[in-house]
Amino acid sequence: MAAEPAGGTLALPEAVAAPVRGRGRHVPWIPIGLIALFVAAAALAPLVSPGDPYAQSLRNRFTPPVWDERGTWAHPLGTDRLGRDMLARILYGARVSLAVGALAVLLASSVGAAVGLVAGYYGGRVDAALMRITDATLSFPVILLALILAVTVGPSFLNVVIAISVILWARYARVIRGEVLTLMQLDFIAQARIAGAGAWRIITRHLVPNTLNTLVVLITLQVGYVIIVEAALSFLGAGIPPPTPAWGSMIAEGRDFVTSAWWVSFLPGLAIMLVVLAFNLLGDWLRDTLDPKLRQL
Amino acid sequence: MVPTVVAVKDLQTHIVTRWGTLKAVDGVSFTVAEGETLGIVGESGSGKSMTCLSIVRLVPRGAARIVGGQILLDGENLLTKSEDAMQQIRGRKVGMILQDPMSSLNPVFSVGMQVREPVGMYHGLRGRALTERATELLASVRIPSPGARLRAFPHQLSGGMRQRVVGAMAIAAPPRLLIADEPTTSLDLTIQMQYLGLLKELQERHRLAMIFVTHDLGIVARICDRVAVMYGGRIVEIGPVRRIFKSPAHPYTRALLDAIPRLGARRDRLTTIEGQPPDLVALPPGCAFAPRCPHAIERCRRESPPETVVAPEHATRCWLNGPA
Amino acid sequence: MAPPETERVTPLLEVESLTKHFPVRRGLFGWSPQLVRAVDAVSFTVEAGGTLGLVGESGCGKTTTSRLILGLERPTAGTIRFEGRDVLALDREGVRHYRRSVQAVFQDPYASLDPRMRVGAVVAEPVVINTNLDAAARRRRVAELLDLVGLPERSASLYPHEFSGGQRQRIAIARALALSPRLVVLDEPVSALDVSIRAQILNLLRDLQKRLGMSYLFIAHDLAAVAHMSRSIAVMYLGQIVEWGDADAVALEPRHPYTKALFTAALPADVDAPREEVVLIGEVPSPLAPPSGCRFHTRCPFVMPHCATQEPALRSESGRLVACHLY
Repeated sequence: MAAEPAGGTLALPEAVAAPVRGRGRHVPWIPIGLIALFVAAAALAPLVSPGDPYAQSLRNRFTPPVWDERGTWAHPLGTDRLGRDMLARILYGARVSLAVGALAVLLASSVGAAVGLVAGYYGGRVDAALMRITDATLSFPVILLALILAVTVGPSFLNVVIAISVILWARYARVIRGEVLTLMQLDFIAQARIAGAGAWRIITRHLVPNTLNTLVVLITLQVGYVIIVEAALSFLGAGIPPPTPAWGSMIAEGRDFVTSAWWVSFLPGLAIMLVVLAFNLLGDWLRDTLDPKLRQL
Repeated sequence: MVPTVVAVKDLQTHIVTRWGTLKAVDGVSFTVAEGETLGIVGESGSGKSMTCLSIVRLVPRGAARIVGGQILLDGENLLTKSEDAMQQIRGRKVGMILQDPMSSLNPVFSVGMQVREPVGMYHGLRGRALTERATELLASVRIPSPGARLRAFPHQLSGGMRQRVVGAMAIAAPPRLLIADEPTTSLDLTIQMQYLGLLKELQERHRLAMIFVTHDLGIVARICDRVAVMYGGRIVEIGPVRRIFKSPAHPYTRALLDAIPRLGARRDRLTTIEGQPPDLVALPPGCAFAPRCPHAIERCRRESPPETVVAPEHATRCWLNGPA
Repeated sequence: MAPPETERVTPLLEVESLTKHFPVRRGLFGWSPQLVRAVDAVSFTVEAGGTLGLVGESGCGKTTTSRLILGLERPTAGTIRFEGRDVLALDREGVRHYRRSVQAVFQDPYASLDPRMRVGAVVAEPVVINTNLDAAARRRRVAELLDLVGLPERSASLYPHEFSGGQRQRIAIARALALSPRLVVLDEPVSALDVSIRAQILNLLRDLQKRLGMSYLFIAHDLAAVAHMSRSIAVMYLGQIVEWGDADAVALEPRHPYTKALFTAALPADVDAPREEVVLIGEVPSPLAPPSGCRFHTRCPFVMPHCATQEPALRSESGRLVACHLY
């Protein structure tokens, strides 16, 4: 409606910029369904599990999944080298993976966003100092830190969450700071100042709501990454210690039997892939939908 | 008789959107002769920019389509030409200057490289001859130290300078028709004046037909010979600039002239045009301006008025102005 | 500095020798001695209930001046006096009072409203921050303000993106009036709007001024609009005021060559009337290295030898103040 000079005449007027195909309009039911499935499975594991994930039975070791001729319905996805039920272990493993994913990401995003907001708002020396810390953190490999922790303090669920969060927050800080810098240029921030708003009000009332979209997208995309990192750590023995079922260590345990009892490593790997894929697809869709230019239409 | 360079007849361009088909250009006709400047005035959504893009067939693909009419450039209908033929015509026969100089120039290439490109293509020059010609071209748009400027990058130049470079590229051929779409809107006032003077000079030197799109009537008064006022995708009035300013025939033109503050006319209130610009997807039957027109009669709402000549060279689309 | 040709009443806003220099950063660590002389010893006044139009092109310092007045930047030197009191020497209570009394409307209707807040909250924000009114009283005030700017009450529950550019500016005006300010800085309030909408907003601003009696600092590059809205006009070039006087005088009979060039660009009432047209040569010099003597001499069509060495002072001439050696 109003005269908008930027972008030249090749840009269609605002009202018509929406692509006719309706990209970003279709709710991605498959990823959402998958995530919901895994979350439900993790939450209801004790109810739906065919058995105790810790129960060993050397007599039943390396039972193939049910669709193989030697498989049975007692162990639909087979058993591992200690005879433990694979389906049960995968369900309980989902608990671990999703819990680590959720906790690490929530922790990292809160801290990271706070740092980004403060750095972007104050600018100057505060920004410079915070960004140096952020840059240093970004360059530190997560796995190395987790290994160090594992070796010194011993591997545990808590250590994994801490190790991941301590490095991950930097990513959020950088991205949110970038958003804040752009927002600070906009007039409505100056208007808030003119109205007498202080730092707290501007940050909480104006900056946070306008960075929420980016934060949500980033969180969604990062959950997948964290799950993979946790799996890698468990695989290396620096993550969740056995006998707690964790997808990464399950893959590690099946490492030597890939050609014979392929399901021991493959099935947990498949689970990881599906969950991470689902989160990535959801994150992509969110990014497209929450893009304000498209959202207004 | 001054030859006509471009004749647009009943041009129609539609844009398909989620909400329906938008008639961006709805039956637009005009001519521009050699050495003449036609101004196209209108607000956003009036169709003035889309008209220009239609002439060179650069409407955004996928969304917009030219659905009817003729565009005659020196007698040849551009709408029947193949895309390859159009590529030969764009730049060579029709030059364009757009509004934002920063996005018209590629920020990662030097000015020299960008100016050499059209000059090399149109005149088949290379090496030193090409550089000399490029330098001459920059000099012709009054860029000081043109030789040194060839090595500069767009961000090192001021807005006015960049528009001159864009202007140089547009007249490199030189073309028959120059289309300038709000070229001075992003420039400072005093730089605007310089630039308008430059355009006039280029037009005289190369006998260009010029179409100048703007929303600023001050600019129209300054450099246009004739002006077409657009509203809702149609031309509602067209005629010589002096005449239109002194005796506008269409209520929209009159309202526009009254709504603008004028130096020396001390008024208490500016005359406003009630309402909002039209929704191009849901244009009312009849005259597009009728909902906002203080003089609208019943017929205005039912039938779209045809173009009526009210004086030599001066035509308008308005039931109050003529046809029974 | 006294406003030319007007009575000696204490002006609402008095700016004296206002200066703002920005240091330029060079390299990763160093701060070079180079300065951007954004505003250089600028003085003017705004009377109660009147409008001062501030015109100039990019780099002239009008935006920085407005930011200084709004307290978004601190001056390098000079004083700002509001209602007779030095703004920079105010205590906390005084600063709060100043904030409430001076508000702004900016150019871009798409950037001046928080897209995540409903219109009601946007307009109420100054009230929320500065008063203790309860929710019901705030709602009433918001309804009152929306009515003042010609918007229906139910606008309060909608989001900014549901409104057109012109309507958003009305919302911005409503917000600016929330605390009943005495001075409103209007920084290009209609430049981003369609021509037919501009008249609506300009009329609204004048009506509001008549009703509520506040003063305006009207910054714009549409000179005819500035002449229409203002009682006096100050012309700025490269951080300095080159001409200042009654609006009609400055607009119709400009004295400074730069003012003449500027007003050449405006649309006159009668397109055929003879006018002195001045077109400048060259580009606007960088505020980093303003020309010596009269800063305008590099582009002035009437330049004389001593213009390059001596800076002209603002002198009274034909009822206004001009800084030019021609006078």
